[in-house]
Amino acid sequence: MRVDVESLAIERGELRLFENLSFTAAPGAHVALTGANGTGKTSLLRALAGFLAPSAGTIRFSIEEPAAQTHFLGHRDGLKGALEVREHLMFWRDLFGGADDPAEALARVGLTRVADLPARALSAGQSRRLSLARLLVAERPLWLLDEPAAGLDTAGKALLADLIAAHRMTGGVVIAAVHEPLGAPDVDVRLGA
Amino acid sequence: MTMWRSVSAVFRRDLRLAWAGGGAAAPLGFFAGATTLVPLAVGPDLKTLALIGPSLLWVTVALAALMILERLFQADLEDGSLDQLHLVDAPLEFIVAAKGAALWTAIGLPLALASLPAALALQTPPHATIAVAIGLLIGLAAFIGFGLFGAALAAGVRRGGVLIAILVLPFFAPPIIFGAAAASKAASEGLGAPGFLLLCGCALAGVALGPIGAAAALRQQTG
Repeated sequence: MRVDVESLAIERGELRLFENLSFTAAPGAHVALTGANGTGKTSLLRALAGFLAPSAGTIRFSIEEPAAQTHFLGHRDGLKGALEVREHLMFWRDLFGGADDPAEALARVGLTRVADLPARALSAGQSRRLSLARLLVAERPLWLLDEPAAGLDTAGKALLADLIAAHRMTGGVVIAAVHEPLGAPDVDVRLGA
Repeated sequence: MTMWRSVSAVFRRDLRLAWAGGGAAAPLGFFAGATTLVPLAVGPDLKTLALIGPSLLWVTVALAALMILERLFQADLEDGSLDQLHLVDAPLEFIVAAKGAALWTAIGLPLALASLPAALALQTPPHATIAVAIGLLIGLAAFIGFGLFGAALAAGVRRGGVLIAILVLPFFAPPIIFGAAAASKAASEGLGAPGFLLLCGCALAGVALGPIGAAAALRQQTG
């Protein structure tokens, strides 16, 4: 899995957020996107996910149909308050064609105790842990993470760093927008500098 | 195979959500309320009731379908799960169709069942009630099919219910015209009533075109 971004520019409305942005994510790379609020980190991630068309430049993936190989973790966790924690994972596993055990993913993110609770009973940090478990029930090589540590406690941040490290070991690519350092990125992309 | 697994996952989840979230109870309550109150307001003249009964059933079912459309995609857009649906290894059209099918099963079937006693109360002869209910069930497929398109267009609009109504009511007109006509002849002609086949045609058009239009509309709203 490899991502090549070349002279990319993104506009929101009339505003050009950035232009001439180029970077490469080789297999196993962890790209950290940094920059002040409003410099286009989320927009860049959404463009990488195919949600947003860039106004110039190209994004090339080494795989066919990249959208079906991508996990996107946005600001919102995508939870349904009425559904149980375990049901979410079973749904995501089937939705994304995964083969991994939801119970294992729950144990990994430390939510086994609340597996039968409806998602509306979760705290913000637990909700974020549940959406992290989504990355584990279906293996996908590209992880696009938008402020993944938001709401997580210290142990949760360490868990996130571990998950990222394990994903890189399998040759996967992690592209994460961050405000605070997270794990050990090997590519630093600074927006709005 | 993974494609059908994804599509059936969406179907099962939406089916579960329709009842777990309590959303399915509202249109049923509306239908029961309207079909009970109108006869009370019309008064004891059975002939009038028999005359307006089929039209009343059809209008009420169409409005009940309209009620549930507003939150269909809006809820997914707001909580972020719509993003996830774009990353599935299946055409978005199929995912949208699965959501429509779940809605039809969760709300369309109960509405059609509820129309059996309602039709009796509105002086439909007992032997014709089944034909009326089948017509409504098919009509609901047309309403939900076209409704998907309106709901997707208005997904990003706050209080989009009015917009959805304006968008889809023109598409609701043909199934209502043919469906109500077929229902009023159901006593003498059953499912062979004129209009019934035209109603089926409307439903086919809605089921086929609705998801295509809805998927196109949703793709425009991911930015």
